[in-house]
Amino acid sequence: MSAISTTSFSTTPSNDPVIAPIHIPLAAADAAVSISNLHAYYGESHILHGVSLEVNRGELITLLGRNGAGRTTTLKAILGLTGKCAGSIKINGVEAIGMPSHKIARLGLGYCPEERGIFSSLSCEENLLLLPKVGLGKSGGNANANAGMSVEELYAMFPNLKERRASQGTRLSGGEQQMLAMARILRTGADILLLDEITEGLAPVIVQVLGRVIRELKAKGFTIIMVEQNFRFAAPLADRHYVMEHGKIAAIVEKHELATKTEMLHEFLGV
Amino acid sequence: MTEIFGVPTQALMGQLMIGLVNGSFYAMLSLGLAVIFGMLNVVNFAHGAFYMMGAFFSWMLLNYFGVNYWWSLLLAPLGVAIVGIIIEKTMLRWLYQLDHLYGLLLTFGLALIIEGIFRDQYGVSGQPYDLPELFKGAFDLGFMMLPKYRAWVIVACLSICFATWFVIERTRLGSYLRAGTENPKLVQAFGINVPLMVTLTYAFGVGLAGLAGVLAAPVYQVNPLMGSNIVIVVFAVVVIGGMGSILGAIVTGLALGLIEGLTKVFYPEASATVVFIIMAIVLLIRPAGLFGREK
Repeated sequence: MSAISTTSFSTTPSNDPVIAPIHIPLAAADAAVSISNLHAYYGESHILHGVSLEVNRGELITLLGRNGAGRTTTLKAILGLTGKCAGSIKINGVEAIGMPSHKIARLGLGYCPEERGIFSSLSCEENLLLLPKVGLGKSGGNANANAGMSVEELYAMFPNLKERRASQGTRLSGGEQQMLAMARILRTGADILLLDEITEGLAPVIVQVLGRVIRELKAKGFTIIMVEQNFRFAAPLADRHYVMEHGKIAAIVEKHELATKTEMLHEFLGV
Repeated sequence: MTEIFGVPTQALMGQLMIGLVNGSFYAMLSLGLAVIFGMLNVVNFAHGAFYMMGAFFSWMLLNYFGVNYWWSLLLAPLGVAIVGIIIEKTMLRWLYQLDHLYGLLLTFGLALIIEGIFRDQYGVSGQPYDLPELFKGAFDLGFMMLPKYRAWVIVACLSICFATWFVIERTRLGSYLRAGTENPKLVQAFGINVPLMVTLTYAFGVGLAGLAGVLAAPVYQVNPLMGSNIVIVVFAVVVIGGMGSILGAIVTGLALGLIEGLTKVFYPEASATVVFIIMAIVLLIRPAGLFGREK
């Protein structure tokens, strides 16, 4: 049923760029997110045991692994949402460990949590407008600053959200909530997107739409870190896959190695 | 003389009006409690003490500095809010991760200390606060006399409650507060300074109590115990309305004031307990309160 109601997401022909050009400063081999030897804790429990990874500007990487491997915790550690952290997390060149999480966000992060985080006491449009601008233009005064997409552009991209803008946030369908969770971080001007399980529990037709959105975002130069369970969704999109196990990076698979390492990946992921 | 159910209209109307005045104070106080509970997860037992503090600040401003009522309406709540900020920053801040009980214990202790200080300085007999000149006298409504000051209290309280409701439910600032109440960590991860928001919410909530205190000063005597007298009823109001519900706090506050007034006319013996009887019934039928959402 939800598949029918959400087909309007694909009203835009796929070769027509619906995202306005956004200029994100590109510098060769310039790390957007650089994590080294990260240890993170929730209270007494030690979750991450020395995670290191590097994401260059404009790259899309995935964190793969079984439940409990530490993928979501890695995202939360970047955002300053875990307990104690040790090691180093550099975001756009700034050390984020020890910063309060609202300042970390303002380094240019957009976060789409696994449970989507749509607020039930806010309408769809209030959810969309809630997030403050965090783009570099705000702090750095950069001429190429990313101002974020306008509400009109976002409604053009996700027509359902416009139709339902007055509805209570959590009355939207699962697919619409996911679109809203994506749309609201695109408005902020964030150039680094942290996406946690965005395809979880969604109908295949919506997963397809999301795949197209992600591809367009990547083409526009966004840096994206995705936690994914759906390997078939992630494989064609990502430049690199980090496989996590027991709070560590167990393997790194480059895009061109996928064909040869598929078996190993399946073993890690238990599929 | 006309009568309704064997009660003179004049007496009935008089009690209803007193009930509405009391209800206005209940509404303002429970509104602050609801906002604070939503955002801070703290049951602010010191709310009555801040109400009393507002009344005393206004009395002190008048008697020590000759500051009139109108300036007190602004300055006394501001003073109370500053005290609130200091308490939030130095003490409450450490309790958010813990059970409600810790916040309740801390604020209960603070209430006793604040009350004790004022009792030590001013005794328990109460200080009179003169009505501002403008409000002396009464309107003759034909069926009853309406003292001007009481009319002002009702109008002022209702306007403040409506303005607060409007800001929280209908503006962008309010959407931060609502989202922060639901999921503060996520809101902070989106780049909003939640710790600052929490401090300001507490300041606003207790400032509202302080403002209620200023409004109450000419009606009741300015007395160190005035806070603990009212706060128990206000907690009952919050429970009946539904913990954390803005609209619930306002409507329930006013309604219970009126019910109390009516009880005074028809069965005075129960007037002090009627609120708690209603609370017990509501808890049995709707444990989340009349306007509360079941979790």
